[in-house]
Amino acid sequence: MRTLSDSTRQQAQALMEMYPTKEAAMLPVLHLAQKEFGLIDDEAEQVVAEVMGISPVSVRETSRFYFMYHHHPVGKYHLQVCQNISCTIMGAETILDHIKRRLGIEAEERTEDGLFSVERVECIACCDRGPAMLVNDKLHTGLTPDKIDGIIKESDPERKLDHMQSEGNKE
Amino acid sequence: MPELKLVSKNFEYDDQPDIKSAMSRGAYQQWKRVLSEKIPPEDIIEEVKTAKLRGQGGAGFPAGVKWGFVPKDSPKPKYLCVNADEGEPGTFKDRALLEKDPHQLLEGIAITCYAVGIHTAFIYMRGEFYEPQRIVQDAIDQAKKEGLLGENISGSGFNLEVIIHMGAGAYICGEETALLNSLEGGKGWPRLKPPFPALVGAFNCPTVINNVETISGVPHILRMGGEEFAKIGTEKDGGTKLFGVSGHAAKPGLYELPMGTSLKELIYDHAGGVRDGKGLKAVIPGGSSTPILKPDELDIPLEFEAMMDAGTMLGSGAAVVLDETVSIPQVFMVMSRFYAHESCGQCTPCREGCTWVYKTAKKIAEGNGQPSDLDLILDIAPMFNGTTVCPLGAALAAPAVAMVEKFRDEFLKLMKN
Ligand SMILES: Cc1cc2nc3c(=O)[nH]c(=O)nc-3n(C[C@H](O)[C@H](O)[C@H](O)COP(=O)(O)O)c2cc1C
Ligand code: SF4
Ligand code: FES
Repeated sequence: MRTLSDSTRQQAQALMEMYPTKEAAMLPVLHLAQKEFGLIDDEAEQVVAEVMGISPVSVRETSRFYFMYHHHPVGKYHLQVCQNISCTIMGAETILDHIKRRLGIEAEERTEDGLFSVERVECIACCDRGPAMLVNDKLHTGLTPDKIDGIIKESDPERKLDHMQSEGNKE
Repeated sequence: MPELKLVSKNFEYDDQPDIKSAMSRGAYQQWKRVLSEKIPPEDIIEEVKTAKLRGQGGAGFPAGVKWGFVPKDSPKPKYLCVNADEGEPGTFKDRALLEKDPHQLLEGIAITCYAVGIHTAFIYMRGEFYEPQRIVQDAIDQAKKEGLLGENISGSGFNLEVIIHMGAGAYICGEETALLNSLEGGKGWPRLKPPFPALVGAFNCPTVINNVETISGVPHILRMGGEEFAKIGTEKDGGTKLFGVSGHAAKPGLYELPMGTSLKELIYDHAGGVRDGKGLKAVIPGGSSTPILKPDELDIPLEFEAMMDAGTMLGSGAAVVLDETVSIPQVFMVMSRFYAHESCGQCTPCREGCTWVYKTAKKIAEGNGQPSDLDLILDIAPMFNGTTVCPLGAALAAPAVAMVEKFRDEFLKLMKN
């Protein structure tokens, strides 16, 4: 079974002492565990339960409720594309299609090399600058097909982009 | 009415998150004054009532009145939860307040906590707010170093700990009692009210929950005096509000205007009307939970009651401009997908109803609808009223009815017969 590093355990301990109840540290500790393991699967839930001294069932109940805890592996670069109203009317669908074509995957999938994954997300509170997306913890706004290519290139300079047809190139 | 900047006054300065720069522009002056003049906490609550400061998170409840509900001599600790979950589609004002002027929020938190007798404040921030979290945490650390937060602040004997609590991606956690459950480490299921959080809130203790913008307004009330603040707005809504405009506006962005400014003015005079010389099809006035308006319905004062009278809501003050090229059935599909996705699943009418509306909307948007589908949506809508723990289902129903009723022809055009 995996374990958490000593420093993460210490951080978890400090969080449990900071809140009025140790249970309240659940969300932040799950965030820490996800950072270390890359996802929150059954085993990660077990580890968190053990570290916090809480039943695995409670950990699971919480972790499965929240969309930001990944239960399956995501890419090193996780593209979270806003699909809500303001971004949609500014062209979010075209952006998503472009990403899918460039990476050769569908939404909620990961590339074979494990580098990229794409997810549709709800409004991320920068609606005046749409279409918008988060790549891991970084916000990108005013997206265009060219900007997407730039972001992909920057993440993976080796990646060949020109062999795939895209809306941006057709025009 | 021209823009009147209070909470957004210092948005133009990039160095505002730095405490020295913020203090050179007046940050923490009111907090220091409260402590040095030992202003009685009740006086602050009275001042906020006089100011007619309304909750800016969507419901518009008067802030001072809410604070007054908290028992004065509670044997238990009391808590403040600042609602920084900002998930209502179309809304982006709290992000700006957190990123551009974190010290204004911290000063508001300090004054609020002093007024209500609170020593621990949580800022519940949506999990996706990575940058705001970094900025606000940095601001908290700076304020502690300056002795403006923490133990025995400025030798007053008053202690205040401010803790950022990050959510993990669930719109429903913006609802105040779901927020409390989420803060306590559980899933974000709203609680039945009563009891109200002012009596039984976080960790079963009395708790004040206010939106970021509400709390950010507090230092301005102390600076100007409640009466002056109230005068800016309308009879019932004091001060200003940060309105957000997105979609097909010529100049999308945030505009801080006196409460009661007309929606038409916001869209045309401030946000420059529709971009690229296109025609206007509709405006969603206050976040996606508020019923849509047609171009000839925009002459309404932006205040809580007037918007209700017009059959819509002020909500979070986030207007989405839809130009003539927009397909309303498409917008309807996107909107209902959101509520179906975000229903917490606790109540059957909401869980099933939102999914039902979404499936029907999708069918229509894909060209497979029938006229009877529209009647189905109108039939489902009232079923949310009074049957659920929280208003999420109703937040889909009202705008759904408005879209179907106001744009029936457009829906019918997409149908085969
Ligand atoms: C489904 C739902 C979502 C909500 N989301 C938010 C939110 O993201 N931010 C917020 O401040 N209030 C939100 N609210 C309103 C809160 O329940 C609550 O009224 C508010 O935080 C109180 O603060 P205020 O009086 O300062 O507005 C939401 C309400 C509901 C029913
Ligand atoms: S109305 Fe919907 S979101 Fe609200 S508690 Fe019930 S199921 Fe959950
Ligand atoms: S709709 Fe995309 S950020 Fe709000």
